[in-house]
Amino acid sequence: MERIPILKMGELLLVSIQVDMHDQLALTLQDDLTTRIADTGAHGVLIDISTVEVVDSFIGRMIANIAAMAGVLDARTVLVGMQPAVAITLVELGLTLPGVRTALNVERGMALLQAEVRALAPDRRPGEGDGDAGR
Amino acid sequence: MTPVANSRLPQLLEGRESHILDQWIKAQLAGPLSRRGMIPDSEVRDQSREFLGLLRHAVGKGSLDSMEGAAWQGVRDGLADISRSRSTQGFSASETATFVFSLKQPVFNALRDEYGADAAGLVDEIWKTNALLDKLGLYTTEVFQKSREEIILRQQEEMLELSTPVVKLWDGILALPMIGTLDSARTQVVMESLLQRIMETGAEVAIIDITGVPTVDTLVAQHLIKTITAARLMGADCIISGIRPQIAATIVHLGVDLSAVITKATLADAFAVALTRVGLVVRPGSARS
Repeated sequence: MERIPILKMGELLLVSIQVDMHDQLALTLQDDLTTRIADTGAHGVLIDISTVEVVDSFIGRMIANIAAMAGVLDARTVLVGMQPAVAITLVELGLTLPGVRTALNVERGMALLQAEVRALAPDRRPGEGDGDAGR
Repeated sequence: MTPVANSRLPQLLEGRESHILDQWIKAQLAGPLSRRGMIPDSEVRDQSREFLGLLRHAVGKGSLDSMEGAAWQGVRDGLADISRSRSTQGFSASETATFVFSLKQPVFNALRDEYGADAAGLVDEIWKTNALLDKLGLYTTEVFQKSREEIILRQQEEMLELSTPVVKLWDGILALPMIGTLDSARTQVVMESLLQRIMETGAEVAIIDITGVPTVDTLVAQHLIKTITAARLMGADCIISGIRPQIAATIVHLGVDLSAVITKATLADAFAVALTRVGLVVRPGSARS
């Protein structure tokens, strides 16, 4: 079955969506990602959608849902690289993704995410976070 | 009734063409609505001669009741050309239509001479000719209006291109000085060009300056909020600057919620915030001291 890979980088998870999202794929990603956050105890998720050209209301809702679910599991979500056409579409659909942080590219998104995770738990050093969350 | 069969207009135009033409040109040049000096007299003469020729041709071949058929195609095209050229020369609609309506008197005079004492025939003929010339006059006005609308449309498009520049103030800082009233179409263009430039330059902050926007209503505010939300989704922050006191009052009275947006009174203030945002400071140079 077609899947979107989820990469682990320290205590962050990296998702790069490089195919056109269809509904089943989005649902699979939602299940996979929440499972991975719970398993690894990751504190940050970076979703790269720079190659996504088309979204519909369902995919927009799924992105918002994924961010909200990650938040419940104590992980911050940053969405990076949204195309102008996609941004306009989401706004016109009324999906302004209020709980989701955004950044222009992966580099900036990573910096933002690391800053957020650090601010969240200043005493925790990378690597230690693995065992203490989400079980 | 078959109009061509019992109408003497074709023969009349044929036989008295030069006489009618002379009178017509004289009426046009002397008329209260003539715009002497705007177009040369020779052009009036040429246009009149050409049109009368076309009309004679059409009347000879086609029906007098309707100007739809192929026989009238030449007349329609000729009139459209004249009307279009006059609309670009700055003539008013009535001045353009007068070109056709001023033909009535010379033709009616000629008809009177032709029919003499036959009052019934004269009235009948005048009625038909009158209806025909009215149709032609209305057609002129229609074409005139259409070409005016084309001009307006073209100007609107040109204005749209002119009025939406996205300028780069510093590395990572864009500014969008908006001038004129914002409507849906313009906001769409503004939104697209701003987002496109954000992507191209990787700018973190965009300043939307509305000093040149005369009025802000709920629709404009909504458009602004949409643009800002779309930019945020892409990962850039927007600052609105150039809000005049009256506009601030309007925004509050309308109940528009701009609390999620950074707003500043002047572009300078917004630029200062943007510099802080990208981690830069401005300080006096050492060269001056």
